[in-house]
Amino acid sequence: MSASLNIIADLQQIWSYQFMQHGIEAGTLTAIVAGVTGYFVVLRRSAFTAHAFSEIGFAGAAWAVLYGIPPLAGLLIGSNLGGLGIALLGRRAANRDTQIGIVLAFSLGLGLLFLSLYTGYATETYSILFGEILGVSYEQVLETVVATAAILVGTGIIYRPLLFASLDEDVAEAKGMPMMALGISFMVLVAVSVSFAVQVTGVLLVFSLMVTPGATAQYLSRRPSWAMLASVIIALVATWLGLIFAFYTPYPVSFFITAEVFALYLFVRFVYAPLRLEKLQPGSLLKPPVDRSG
Amino acid sequence: MLSEAPAVTAQSTIITGENLSAGYGGKPLWSGANFSFGKGEFVAILGPNGAGKTTLFRLILGLLRPMGGSLRIFGSQPSRGNPSIGYIPQRHTIDTDTNVECLELVRLGLSGTKWGFNPIDHHDRDAAFEALEAAGAEDLAHRRLGALSGGELQRIFLAEALVSNPDLLLLDEPLSNLDIRRETELLHLVNNAVRTRGVTALLIAHNINPLLPHLNKVMYLANGKVATGTPSEVLTSESLTRLYGVQVEVLKDPHGNVAIIGVEEHHGDIT
Repeated sequence: MSASLNIIADLQQIWSYQFMQHGIEAGTLTAIVAGVTGYFVVLRRSAFTAHAFSEIGFAGAAWAVLYGIPPLAGLLIGSNLGGLGIALLGRRAANRDTQIGIVLAFSLGLGLLFLSLYTGYATETYSILFGEILGVSYEQVLETVVATAAILVGTGIIYRPLLFASLDEDVAEAKGMPMMALGISFMVLVAVSVSFAVQVTGVLLVFSLMVTPGATAQYLSRRPSWAMLASVIIALVATWLGLIFAFYTPYPVSFFITAEVFALYLFVRFVYAPLRLEKLQPGSLLKPPVDRSG
Repeated sequence: MLSEAPAVTAQSTIITGENLSAGYGGKPLWSGANFSFGKGEFVAILGPNGAGKTTLFRLILGLLRPMGGSLRIFGSQPSRGNPSIGYIPQRHTIDTDTNVECLELVRLGLSGTKWGFNPIDHHDRDAAFEALEAAGAEDLAHRRLGALSGGELQRIFLAEALVSNPDLLLLDEPLSNLDIRRETELLHLVNNAVRTRGVTALLIAHNINPLLPHLNKVMYLANGKVATGTPSEVLTSESLTRLYGVQVEVLKDPHGNVAIIGVEEHHGDIT
């Protein structure tokens, strides 16, 4: 298939395939969720933790495949158990790279064992590792709808306390906020988000939706709600463009998504942000006016 | 005679400690503390490292239970999450790559304890600006937290603590890492909040001298004991000798600065 210059006709053609429809639906929902939770992952410096979830989820998915259980169930169980464990260690412990790395390596090994025991098709393995968004079924889209709604509602409820705890843990604790409960809620939200993002990007590329858009958005706005919106838009556009590019080329969707977000990150980090920062420096001639408006 | 802030009249009591003792794991850090601080008083908490100054704050915040005696805050037992207390923790820092504007942190001092998503709240915003103004940090509102200097950050933390309109401010070594000019600036801001808002401020410090013009009371923790009173009562050779149990000499220069001689750590230096 090749793209014509008529964009409407191209999009109609893409939409006429059911696997593309499901891919776009699941991808859209996943991108929204990943964009929102990804902002907090970056703000709380939990990128490595989030990555560990996906690896633990991998062991869970491989185990599920071995027993004929849907891989998503295995992913959810694995990543949530991992999240719970890390949350119970406390936030300071959650940043101990070494311990997380040790658990991560063991999880990968465990996943490998389950896969070697599995005698079915290797495609299942491949899709867990690198994502298979074009293989998403109607049922999986429905599951993603439910998960997206749950994650957005959950994040909405803990939004302000979580932001407070992320920026100023000591004062939030002194103000009586339930830090352990907040930590567990956050880890569960990330674990579920990671499990669904894995469907799109796979275990190994989950950073491209969970971390890169959030990290890029931090340079675009200093207001958390705006930055979160930017993070969602980046994840959304990257997913849509990835699906479209993959439709017309023989290359995988995940590759396009990773390449797009990476290119945007580089541009924002090294071209856009330095230019903007220069303008906002207190020492510069143009002092930013104090903005009192909403 | 030490120069002192005017005595606060017609005060209502904010904090009372009676025969209070505190410690961890059954081992007391200090005991037998008796004190009473009224509304609008500025109190310095002094003492060597490890004497239990921060522990006193943990008791007041309800993060730790007293080992003995009684502690009353606003007439009742300390409880965690008391909205009438503003707090600046010790060695408080923000990661340098935090790309969030200062206004947001100050707002969270008020709204961070509320559940639910509410990005545009004009009440929060106005309160945050008022607190920023009180902390002399209005010009920092839209700067990013990670890019602030030590002095600027302390002003933002002060605004964050003031935004909920507390009756009691707990400041744990807000002056460490500040140069003399920033130190004086911040003290004036705290003193201003104390005088204009009637806030009671407890400030842990290592150097007493910049504080002296503002202080109503001093609480000195050392050697497992606590001495409380006006600066001229506590900062004398007799009083500190009694506290430390060894000969301590308090010297005063013509400007009213004090130097404490005879203990390992000097909490005041004649400059």
